[in-house]
Amino acid sequence: MNAPVKGFSPTRPSRREMLVISAATAGGALLVGCSPANLLSIGADDHFGPFGPFLRIEPDGAVTVVSKHIEFGQGNHAGLAAMVAEELDADWDKVKVVQAPANTKVYANLGMGFQGTGGSSAIANSWPQLRNVGAATRAMFVTAAADRWKVPAGEITVKNSVVSHSSGKSATFGELVADAAKVAPPKDPTLKDPKTFTLIGTDRVRRKDAAAKSRGQARFTQDVHMPNMLVAMVAHSPRFGGKVKSFDASAAKKVPGVVDVFQIPTGVAVVANNTWAAHQGRDTLKVEWNDDKAETRSTDAILASYHALASGQAQPSGEMKWQTFDSHGAGAPPQGGKVVEAGFDFPYLAHAAMEPMNCVAEIGGGKNKLTFGSQIPSMDQLNTGMIVGALPGSVQIETLFAGGSYGRRANFKSDYVSECVHVAKHVGGGRPVKLVWTREDDMTGGYYRPMVHHAVKVTLDADGFPAAWCHRIVTQSIMKGSPIGGGKLDESAVEGVMGSPYLKATPVVDGQVILPDSPVTVLWWRSVGATHSAFVMEHMVDQLARAAGKDPVEYRKALYAKAGDSRRLAVLNLALDKAGPAPADGWTRGVAVHECFNTVVAQIAEVKLVDGAPKVGRVVTAVDCGIAVSPDQIAAQMEGGTCFGLSAAMFGRITLKDGVVEQKNFDGYRVLRMTEAPTVETYILPSRAKPSGVGEPGTPVIGPAVANALLAITGKPTRSLPFVTSA
Amino acid sequence: MAKTLDINGKSYSVEAAPDTPLLWVLRDELGLTGAKYGCGVGQCGACTVHLNGVAVRSCQTPIAALDGVKVTTIEGLEGLHPLQAAWVEADVPQCGYCQSGQIMSAAALLARTPKPTDADITDAMNGNICRCGCYQRIRAAIKAAAAKAPASATAAA
Repeated sequence: MNAPVKGFSPTRPSRREMLVISAATAGGALLVGCSPANLLSIGADDHFGPFGPFLRIEPDGAVTVVSKHIEFGQGNHAGLAAMVAEELDADWDKVKVVQAPANTKVYANLGMGFQGTGGSSAIANSWPQLRNVGAATRAMFVTAAADRWKVPAGEITVKNSVVSHSSGKSATFGELVADAAKVAPPKDPTLKDPKTFTLIGTDRVRRKDAAAKSRGQARFTQDVHMPNMLVAMVAHSPRFGGKVKSFDASAAKKVPGVVDVFQIPTGVAVVANNTWAAHQGRDTLKVEWNDDKAETRSTDAILASYHALASGQAQPSGEMKWQTFDSHGAGAPPQGGKVVEAGFDFPYLAHAAMEPMNCVAEIGGGKNKLTFGSQIPSMDQLNTGMIVGALPGSVQIETLFAGGSYGRRANFKSDYVSECVHVAKHVGGGRPVKLVWTREDDMTGGYYRPMVHHAVKVTLDADGFPAAWCHRIVTQSIMKGSPIGGGKLDESAVEGVMGSPYLKATPVVDGQVILPDSPVTVLWWRSVGATHSAFVMEHMVDQLARAAGKDPVEYRKALYAKAGDSRRLAVLNLALDKAGPAPADGWTRGVAVHECFNTVVAQIAEVKLVDGAPKVGRVVTAVDCGIAVSPDQIAAQMEGGTCFGLSAAMFGRITLKDGVVEQKNFDGYRVLRMTEAPTVETYILPSRAKPSGVGEPGTPVIGPAVANALLAITGKPTRSLPFVTSA
Repeated sequence: MAKTLDINGKSYSVEAAPDTPLLWVLRDELGLTGAKYGCGVGQCGACTVHLNGVAVRSCQTPIAALDGVKVTTIEGLEGLHPLQAAWVEADVPQCGYCQSGQIMSAAALLARTPKPTDADITDAMNGNICRCGCYQRIRAAIKAAAAKAPASATAAA
């Protein structure tokens, strides 16, 4: 078990808690025969209807698909429901989607082993799980109809929720559901040949929540109101790692509507009858902080320490050490080969989801219930269980829509959730407490994309291709301290460099990473390691091509051939084909290609300089994500991912001055607005492979594509992001 | 202190201090949760409502300023507003949190400029942040709704 961290109970866990925690974090090694998923599920409700936990069919024929994954923009609910509806031959227009409750065993992400959404895995891990659900249920209806009509099952067809026989007999799902429910589900239902799909892959697979979200009716955590509910805000240390020394609540308690003020592990909580009173109470609180263990450096100083490590001017201290992530080939690089050296700096980035972090908890009086947008219900159950002394499986979670996440809500420490549980536990009696973070709390609250420095030195051979590639990465570890961190190489820090076709194509490679600690909390941020590795590799390759006097596109193709990477080549070729002839005067193209989460994206961005800043117009996007379940939502994710990546590349930057975050709101942390939004065209490579994710892979490619266009325009490479550093 | 507000054609009496932002009265006191809290400083537009037909940030509007003012929220748009139909048709929303504000800004635009140019749309919508990056579809949906509208100005809601 890791050391106590921000958000955890400061008290020692009980023996029972330790067993549960150990089982969950160490793969259940202590309790032979018990999987973590089973342990985390003890106490959970296991009663489901005749068609299992993922599907309900009502007597009126209504079809409801239960999603084990949260929907916070990715469009996965549409795709997940389509998998069931396709195999079930349900009437798609009448299919509804609801959110599953927390239940680790039943609703585990099959790629993770626990219930959670992330890593662009919702569609991928549910294939073929949900197709089997649809196919098994369809078979139950066919059997029920065959028995009722006394006809061979093979003569029965199903279409649009209607079961028919060649004799002309037919019955709706509603008319048959009572009988179908009594049929034993087949263990290995026959799945359709993808060639016969009538729903998957069509433009009919569209969002089920668009109407509610266009009418202000979708329910978010921020919208939860319960009888007798209190609203809480918490004063946090302005410095990461700071602790409460003392506080004066006298003024806060005089604010009308403030009910109580008390200390919790993460700060000082103000609870009130409404949000505005909590806000005003919190603002009048006087807190003194103990910064003994806090980060007091500025980001400039932290970055300088990264540079010193990468250049060898500073030696690793303490537990810090260089780790090799790629080492192949040996021998000195060719004498007289051209050398290209470059350093790249990336700032801390806030996720800045539109809905700031929040949670509703009811603790005590026999109740342990959370109502909010839970991204990793299993971990939120585990962390809540530790705080309140309950079995994780007994913690109920009702997951709502969330106003964006981009990784922020997938936190193994359940930071803001734990905070809410501490407040609700103090309030007690099962009284509902809604914890509300303001935008300022959210922006300064950490769990950023880490700051990163890359130092790269490439020696070219006589043909201008890399002969030797030396790569150093300095960044904070995301995985360190997480239950699945383990102390091995943190691949999230090096992914995208590690495994790059450019390194595969290079005879001699020396790639190392070092992960200095800081109290500044860091986390995955949409596309994780690719947020920086795609930029470095794709911008570097353009610089190498220029040094070799070659066209960057042809240079890539040659390296893909050397590395045997036919997939990237195909996606790049599709983008080139769709981009067509050179753009109109004034626009310059930049190209980038990257693979992450098993999906390849190529982009060709048309860029011009306006008042010294890049303006991005048309962005041609080609994507290979296996079988396209929902082409419309794949396009939506390419459009949105591109905006998210461009926002960070253009403006994104969290800086610290003496340990204090300088950006408090959207006036300091500039994000992409409609003026800067590009026009993204999406083209999907036809594929027979199983689907891979699209939530993240559209994000990291636009940055280097724009940098490569700027390189072509100005001749100058980009050495740090963001492109625009003035406010 | 009791204060009477005219919201979506109904009269509401609320007990709140005069400096309370309209946003929190709508959300916490009246249960009208379509307008969202996003930044609290008028930077993001998620809380946009109409005051006498003009798009305004409700987080920056104290209720003391609302004497004789007609407030319209997303809940007050009549029937399925052409913009809402266009939003669904284009599958605009992703997370959806900002969309009430986006639609209220767009509705005010179309009320005063039924056939907006691209520049008109950018001007009207630039105060509304969408972190999911739905801007391209928002623009397309506004154009689609405008294309179906008569050329003369219509009521905002």
